[in-house]
Amino acid sequence: MNGRLLNWSRVRQMLQKEFRQMLRDPRARRVLFIAPILQLVVFGYAVNTDVRNAATMIVDHDQTYESRALVSALTSSGYFRVADRSQQPRDLVSALDAGRVLVGLEIPEHFARDLAAGREADVQLLVDGSSANTANVALGYATQIIGQWGLTHGAATAAFANSDARPGVDLRVRAWYNENLESRVYNVPAVIGTIVLLMTLLLTSLAVVREREIGTLEQLMVSPLRPLELIVGKTLPSVFVAFVDLTLITAVSLLWFHIPFRGSAVFLFVASVFYILTGIGLGLFISTVSNTQQEAFMAMFFFFLPAIMLSGFMFPIANMPAALQYVTYIDPLRYFLEIVRGVFLRGAGWRILYPQALVLAAMGILVITAATRRFHKTTA
Amino acid sequence: MRFSLQRLLAMARKEAIQLRRDPRSLAMAFLVPAAMIIAFGYIISFDVRDIRVAVLDQDHSAQSRALVSAFEAAGRFDIAARLTRPEQIDPLLNRGAVRMALVIPPDFEQNLLALRPAPVQAIFDGADANTASIAMNYSEAIVTAFSSHAVLGTTALTMPIGVQSRVWYNEALESADMIVPGLVAVIMMIIAAMLTALTIAREWERGTMEQLAATPVHRLEVICGKLLPYLAIGLVDVTAAVLIGVLLFRVPFRGNPLLLAAMATMFLLGSLGLGIFISAALKSQLLATQTAMLATFIPSLLLSGLIFDIASMPLPLRLVSLAVPARYFVVVLRGVFLKGVGLDVLWRQGFAMLVYAVLGLGLAVRAFRKEIVS
Repeated sequence: MNGRLLNWSRVRQMLQKEFRQMLRDPRARRVLFIAPILQLVVFGYAVNTDVRNAATMIVDHDQTYESRALVSALTSSGYFRVADRSQQPRDLVSALDAGRVLVGLEIPEHFARDLAAGREADVQLLVDGSSANTANVALGYATQIIGQWGLTHGAATAAFANSDARPGVDLRVRAWYNENLESRVYNVPAVIGTIVLLMTLLLTSLAVVREREIGTLEQLMVSPLRPLELIVGKTLPSVFVAFVDLTLITAVSLLWFHIPFRGSAVFLFVASVFYILTGIGLGLFISTVSNTQQEAFMAMFFFFLPAIMLSGFMFPIANMPAALQYVTYIDPLRYFLEIVRGVFLRGAGWRILYPQALVLAAMGILVITAATRRFHKTTA
Repeated sequence: MRFSLQRLLAMARKEAIQLRRDPRSLAMAFLVPAAMIIAFGYIISFDVRDIRVAVLDQDHSAQSRALVSAFEAAGRFDIAARLTRPEQIDPLLNRGAVRMALVIPPDFEQNLLALRPAPVQAIFDGADANTASIAMNYSEAIVTAFSSHAVLGTTALTMPIGVQSRVWYNEALESADMIVPGLVAVIMMIIAAMLTALTIAREWERGTMEQLAATPVHRLEVICGKLLPYLAIGLVDVTAAVLIGVLLFRVPFRGNPLLLAAMATMFLLGSLGLGIFISAALKSQLLATQTAMLATFIPSLLLSGLIFDIASMPLPLRLVSLAVPARYFVVVLRGVFLKGVGLDVLWRQGFAMLVYAVLGLGLAVRAFRKEIVS
């Protein structure tokens, strides 16, 4: 053996063996290359927080032109659709209980009369609060639409509300980066980050512990491979597969979901290298500290689920309790999401996102070093 | 060979001993679900608070300051920056330092007092569409109230229509109330499949499968025996999760605990069976791990209706979601916890659970036979 840290011809042999082992089984090939694309498509359609066509039940006791106009103001917004009508408030209760409708609107008798007389006309709005985010958003839209409709139809306010040059503050709302406010545009780039993390962990978290369980680790030990060569041999194939996956799912996002890509592809590429190395280092670390494959699997999962939840993927970090917001700083997915979302939507690049990229690079170096150390110890 | 309960219990004992020898895995089987319920109960929040705003006030008048303080007083907005030039908005939004910019042009007060339209611009970081649309609703409500007040005089204004909104089952729109019950389904699905996904594959890899095949036990006894210890772990996990929800997060529990226990048992049996099926069919711990993760975790998280509304998904995905067992269990959990409804409302879900349990066990037994014969 010569004194160099790495002997490339030995590494090449090891790489060949690892690639063959990884890709020999057609079922494994499906898991590695087809599953990520399927996940992206399912995620891409499922991860949708827009409220459209919320099922609404109307209990209209007034049955006037005005009450019907109010209902059509709601439905023409596109946020609500009339799923059912009734005269009995009882029916509304059972429909909400059974989850058939999400929103109930009860318009009292004398609604039109009160409106014309300039008295406050009360309507009742019921929302099913057990249905996650939707209740909050639907409530906001309904209150807003009914309030606006009231201003233009109420006796006291119609005169000014309907005039051409309507006095008062005219709020002009614009949304940057995502003009139509589609949640998919924000979520699909995040899905890319999540899938890549999952793939890197799946690729490596069983890598070492599996050889140990099967008993081939000893064989590997007595081969003239140096520890560094072993680690390189174990990581490079996974890095390669993770990159193929990343490219595939990014292509699907752009071509199938038409997610805008406004930033620098080169920057995204560099940041992805850091990110993938971090994921693979974490997987290897889990693999070296676990005694059995089952343990490695659970440890991997124990890391992965919180990593998603704390990343700001589905739940904005700003809304978390302060203590948990600090915890998010150790989540690599958090930084990568800021990068992909920034590059895809805001056209941001190195100038704005360099801190996130540097943190990922540091994390990558840290976990790979830790995994190599652990590996030394277990094999010594 | 006749089915014997004694042999089944012997099998269960063997599996329990094996489990006990791996204390780290065992500890994780109990700790992971509890830790996750606690963490997610705190993490998951749909409330939008502390929306960071940059204000560009070009008017510097009493009215413009009043508008800004109306935003501050609403409690949802946090004035993070006061700007002097329009060019400052772009970098702030781009970096994500603020979520919204409010631009008040120079003649704001003049227009407002002269009863002319007084435009004000609100620019949102639309990237996060959900937060942006909620922030828009808040801003419009604030501006409407401010505007009516300024135009119609100083008397307290009554809006023409009073909307009395009530949120049922979860009056305060507590995120924990919506999430914690449903989360039990997703976590149990994964834990159950994860516990069993490796058990048969491990026997194959370690070479103990031939021993098991040579042992005079019926395959139904093997499967049920292997399941029993895991079912016990699963039920302890569910109980702990329910207790954490009720005691720590104060989620109301309005329904019948026995109904929930019955449903949870069926759900666990189905998921454990599914895990064994994956294990027996793939014979490799690596593939079983990957498949269990992809086949149970991702669908349960996304297509169960826990976080994302199934009604707003496209039709093909809605059809796929019908095959996701967690979808039914989420409805059961929310129904029992929050709505206090019984079997008269939940019988469809109950039936689905039953089908799932039978199907999971059936698949497990079938897959196991095939392996021994070959």
